[in-house]
Amino acid sequence: MTEAFFRAAGVGKRFGGFVALAEVDIELRAGERLGLIGPNGSGKSTFVNCISGDFAEHEGQVTLGGVALRGLKPHRRARLGMARTFQLPQPFNSLNVLENVRVPLLFAGHAAEATDRAMACLEQVEMADKARKLPRELTQVEQRRLELARAIALQPRLLIADEAMAGLSNAEVDQIIALLFKLNEAGAAVIMIEHIMRAVTAFSERLVVFVAGRKIADGPPREVLALPEVEGAYLGKQ
Amino acid sequence: MNATLRFWLGAVALGLALVAGLRLLGNDYGYFAGYFVLQYVVLAGAWNILGGYAGYVNFGAAGFMAAGAYSAIVVRQWLGWDLLPGIVAAAVVAGLLGLGTGYLTLRLKGVYFSIATLCLAVVLQTLVVNWDYVGGSRGAYIIHAREIPPFTSYTEMLFIVMLGLAIGTTGIGRAVEKSRLGRGLQAIRDNERAAEAVGVPTLRLKLVATTLCGALMGVAGAPLPYYSGYLNPEAAFSLAYAVNAIAMPLIGGAGTWAGPVIGAVLLASLQQAATVTISSALNLWIVGWMLVVFVAIAPRGILGWFRRRG
Repeated sequence: MTEAFFRAAGVGKRFGGFVALAEVDIELRAGERLGLIGPNGSGKSTFVNCISGDFAEHEGQVTLGGVALRGLKPHRRARLGMARTFQLPQPFNSLNVLENVRVPLLFAGHAAEATDRAMACLEQVEMADKARKLPRELTQVEQRRLELARAIALQPRLLIADEAMAGLSNAEVDQIIALLFKLNEAGAAVIMIEHIMRAVTAFSERLVVFVAGRKIADGPPREVLALPEVEGAYLGKQ
Repeated sequence: MNATLRFWLGAVALGLALVAGLRLLGNDYGYFAGYFVLQYVVLAGAWNILGGYAGYVNFGAAGFMAAGAYSAIVVRQWLGWDLLPGIVAAAVVAGLLGLGTGYLTLRLKGVYFSIATLCLAVVLQTLVVNWDYVGGSRGAYIIHAREIPPFTSYTEMLFIVMLGLAIGTTGIGRAVEKSRLGRGLQAIRDNERAAEAVGVPTLRLKLVATTLCGALMGVAGAPLPYYSGYLNPEAAFSLAYAVNAIAMPLIGGAGTWAGPVIGAVLLASLQQAATVTISSALNLWIVGWMLVVFVAIAPRGILGWFRRRG
């Protein structure tokens, strides 16, 4: 395995006496596609919130490109190349689609060419014709595409797609997977957190499984899904 | 000619037309009433920067305005300096107050932030009431000349100063709206977590907004002791300032540079008309009813209503 450019070592999070996440170690190579699965409440989103900086306090260390992220706010992590989407799309509702994508560019040192770059991002997600629309005028899959366009604008080295396909039809899921592949081919490593197994297995080179706040498996999808403990915990088999 | 130049030329032309019109009228009351309206243009424009663009509702406008007014009094008592240095001092003091308040309170959100700003005004009022140097609860007098050439009267001079401040504040609001700062504040208002996630330095932008908002509110208050000739804490920290600072942008259209101007001109003119025809006791009653009407029929204010119909 080549040098890991993202490393989470011993990451844990407690809420009072409740252990939501315990001693999770995950490494990622540049450009790798990682699927992160687990039942509801297994700690996937908690892990995402720890590494993205939403939870300022947590156990363990996280590094991106050799830079320790402890104490860095989410906007600093974004500038280091970490982008994320949310379980529920979170657009800037008073701004049109183009302005939504311009926002990250304005604060990433691309103010002068923000409009051109934003249009290029929208073209990548096939939303250029919706540039002047408000987020509330978009369909659910279009809102997901907008989230991805906003993430692409950051030119991420690591994209965390947190249930980016929730609530979408099969055809729409395929569209989002295709977009994630496109982004990955451009060089970004992707962590896909997803319940749609078809999407995870189609996309991921590697699969990590969380159960009850702990990592119980890590490896190629086919091997991981065949593990008895994964079948038992995640797929409900004994 | 670009839009910014057109804005400034239009604002200056409108200002000159106002002064010329009031000179033709030849009545000092016109300046007096005009000042009243313009001070609210400044106050509402200042509130709009934090409340309108960033969505952080500041209930402490009276506190910042009074900080400006009392800064002007201190500058006069201590150094013997007059109005213009007083305005600069007010901007600095109220701006620093805004920065400090922001630093202490901006981790609070929603109603908790609003309550904190309200508390700030109460704390400041208590300090001023117990500070003899600025007159304490008795208040302070400012004696000024009746006329200062080339102005026809002292009130005309105050009106022109406030007109300049109103144009300046509106121009600053417009510049903020069209700038990176403005876009960042709008992103914060819409979704602070998402803004942070896409690289917007939310805390820094909010601190810039609280500082600018505080400084401009202080500037609105600096000429107040010169305007009334006497200032006591009850008048300086009047509830009317806090209520109007919020109501005017909301009624005109919060989050737009023109909204606070429209709201201030409409509401302050109505209040001034009520003051001279019926009683100033009706002022807040009018604001209350206007707020109820606008919340019901045009929750995005006059500009929002026109945009929706357009």
